[in-house]
This record gives sequence, structure tokens and C-alpha cells, in this order.
Amino acid sequence: MTSDTHRAVEIKGSMFTLPVLRLYSADVQEIGETLSQQLAKHLAFFENAPVVVDLEHLRDDDGVLELSTLATLLRCHQLVPVGIRHGTEMQNAAAIAAGLAVLKGGAVPTAVTKKQTEESPRVEAPVLAQAVTRPTRVVRQPVRSGQQIYAQGGDLIVMAQVNAGAEVIADGNIHIYAPLRGRAMAGVLGDESARIFTQSMEAELLAIAGNYQVYEASQPATLRGKPVQAYLEGTQLLVAPLL
Amino acid sequence: MSKVIVVTSGKGGVGKTTTSASFSTGLAMRGHKTVVIDFDVGLRNLDLIMGCERRVVYDFVNVINGEATLKQALIRDKAYDNLYILPASQTRDKDAFSKEGVGKVIDELKESFDFIVCDSPAGIERGALMALYFADEALIVTNPEVSSVRDSDRILGILSAKSKRAEDGLDPIKEHLVVTRYSPSRVESGEMLSIDDIQELLGIKLLGIIPESPAVLQASNSGVPVVRDDDSNSGQAYQDLVARFLGEERPMRFMGPEKKGFLQRLFGT
Repeated sequence: MTSDTHRAVEIKGSMFTLPVLRLYSADVQEIGETLSQQLAKHLAFFENAPVVVDLEHLRDDDGVLELSTLATLLRCHQLVPVGIRHGTEMQNAAAIAAGLAVLKGGAVPTAVTKKQTEESPRVEAPVLAQAVTRPTRVVRQPVRSGQQIYAQGGDLIVMAQVNAGAEVIADGNIHIYAPLRGRAMAGVLGDESARIFTQSMEAELLAIAGNYQVYEASQPATLRGKPVQAYLEGTQLLVAPLL
Repeated sequence: MSKVIVVTSGKGGVGKTTTSASFSTGLAMRGHKTVVIDFDVGLRNLDLIMGCERRVVYDFVNVINGEATLKQALIRDKAYDNLYILPASQTRDKDAFSKEGVGKVIDELKESFDFIVCDSPAGIERGALMALYFADEALIVTNPEVSSVRDSDRILGILSAKSKRAEDGLDPIKEHLVVTRYSPSRVESGEMLSIDDIQELLGIKLLGIIPESPAVLQASNSGVPVVRDDDSNSGQAYQDLVARFLGEERPMRFMGPEKKGFLQRLFGT
């Protein structure tokens, strides 16, 4: 029985965070040795993990990288190579031949991005690539006095309280699904569109892209203990109730 | 399986040593072979509170340095023969502690004791870090005031980051909240934080509340841990705490203001 509503497949967009393996050498044997050492420390974590190989830092004089040999090596280390990025045209062709995807975008130098958009104006890959380069850090334990949590390159989600004397910092947005009693600094690399969300505003200090505001225990009186978001308007840091 | 329990707080003077003494004595009173180690090198107090200060010959640092055996340094309690004290050195400084040295002593103690209680010094320096490093469980001693709660929060962060369990990626240290010097009437008048406030700030499970009582000071001065004083509410509160630690259900007592006697009520004093 097949009806119109019953489909065998459905294509959907989804975002994933993938570990990136950045190469500084084209020598597959050398890569293998370094990998063995590095992976020994995090064996369980990387078991069968999908990885993207980043070729940005390979120089022309490093020699030719044997992509199919590299893919085999990665599989031997229980990794699942899914694709490459920042490859030359030749490397991209080799990747496709080796059954690997070519991922575009991310932290691509502007000139390259421009060239790509000129050649093919409707590239959908950058969306995927953005997911690769903006990982979200999730913290489930309370952040306690004296502790500092930094989400580099992305957002920070904290599922427990951030206590007085603790600091949570992110290059992107900060979400705290519990009381915020310490300090929160979003967009520390200068992202003025970053925001801070918390379920209970009891913060000592909030900052977005370097614009900060300290809060005495008595202020902002109407928002204290309430769910709020903080954002920038110009250089003015504003706190508004959520909902 | 023997367990290593650290009694810690960050802040000084909140009742770590009093709690270590009563907790370890309480465990021994209920038949468990227990040793309590004083990590407060240079400011040793535990032996005073346990009433064995005149029997200290060798100490913890001597054992670490191989100048004495554990057997020589351990002092057996006068009242309970399954309770031992490993005193701190009064003359050395905290640099005497090495991770390997302390680990070796704790491993050796594990062979013959059910519970190893580590009495931490105040602060977050080497002595305190060593006391908590090998712990399986922790008693966080807190007074109902803001600075003490803040320091306990700091220590909880260190427990979850710098202990052996954290470094080895094992299950985290089990944390228990012990609120000492609790005075219900001062909580009611708003001078002290309430139990609910403290629990909300720290977010860990409450093991016991020890009411402020003159019996504690008296017990310290006489060298008899207050847990042995059946008549005082602090003694009973420590007995409840030990029972709860061992898995018994006991209602929290001493949270409300003390009931006034008949005559006091009559005359309103």
C-alpha cells in the first residue's frame, strides 16, 4: 500500500558540528604518527567520529597529498572522513574521486569567497560550512565562583546556574537556562549582534563586544530575577524582559 | 570498598575540624573502622579536638618522608578502638606534601580502613588541594553567611576540576552540604541566610544542619568530639548527619527556633 503521503526518502537541511583535522604536512606517514599520539589521549571520544580535513595550511612546497591514502589512514584510526575544505582545484577533484565531499566557505579568505560567488552565484554550501566553523559549547554543570568558561568561535549554552564570581564568555551568543549571578561577556571578538539570554537576571556584569555594564544588587530593580535578554543598540547595552 | 571523604570549605573558622572530628567519631561509633587525617600542616588542631595532642610522636609528614611507618604515626582513639588519627606536622610547611607521597599513604590506609576522612585546611593552597585530590566524596562545610557560601562555591568548582576523579575522567566527587553554626532565630530576623537560600546558591544536596551551640566550644576545649554529647542538640545533629551519610532516612531537625519553656512563654522572655 503506497499512498501519496508515504515517501521512501525525504531531503532535509540540518546543521552539524564536525571536528576539523587541519593538516600542516602532506606526508601521510608523518600525519599517521602524529595522529596516533594525539588520538591516544582521546580514544573513546573520537571513535567513529566524522572529520573534515582542512588543507588551508598546506603549502605548495609540501608536495602532493595522496587523498585516497589519507582517507584510508583515517579509517584505520577509526575516523570517518567526510570531506575536505580549502583545497585547490586539483585537490578538490582528487577528493571527489576518493569519495569525499568538498565543503566550501567557513573562514575562507575574502578574495576566494568573492571568486566563488562570481563563478557560481547560487552556492548553498556556505550554510553547511558555517555550521562547521561555529560550534556551540554546552555546559551542564553549575559554573562556580572562580571558574571561567569560554566558548571560542561560537555560542555558549549553560544549563545550570552561573554563580557570583564566575565568568562565562563567548565569541557568539550566551544562553543561560538558570540564574545568572556572575559575569557574562558575549561577542568578545567584536560581534555587536551577539546577545545574552538568561532565565533569571542577577548578574554582576554584562558585556557585549566590549561594551559593559555593572549591576549593583538593587538594579535594574524591575528586571531582577526575571528572564531577560541583553543586546547592543549602538554602544548602549540594553536589558529587556523576555516575552 | 573503602571511601575517602574530604571535609572542606574554602573559608576558615567555619567548623571543618569540628566536623571532621565528629564525623569520623560518629562513623566509628557505628562500627566502621575509620581514620581521620589532619592536612593542616603548621596549624594542627585536630589532635586537640580529638583529645590526643599529648600522644603525638610522629606525624603525616614523617610518614610521607619515610621517617616513620604509618603504624608508628597512627594514634588510636581512647574511647573507640576502631578510630585512628593521623596528625599533621606542626613544624613543617605545606610544601612537604607531594601528590605521590600523599597518594601512597592513602593507598596504604585503604587496605585496612572503611573510611578515610581528610580534614582540609582553609584556603585553596597546596594543603587544601592535596586534601581533596584523592576524595571520593566531600562534605562542604558552610556557615549561613554570604562570604562562606561564596568560598564553598569556589571549592566546589575546584573539586569538579582538580581532583583525581576529575583528572581521570571518573564519576565526579559526591558532594554533601553541611551547614554549621546555624541559628534559627537569627535566620528568622534576617541576619543569616536560610537553608533554602544556601541550597539555591550552591545547588548541592543537604546532609546536615548543625545548630550553633555552646556545647561545641565546650567539647573542643575538653577534647571530646561533640557528637559524643547525646544531650546537646549539636551532638544529636552530628549523629543524624552520620546516619544520613550511611544511607538512613532521618528528618532534618533544629531548623526552627527553639521551643521556649513553659515559664519563658509565660513571662515572654
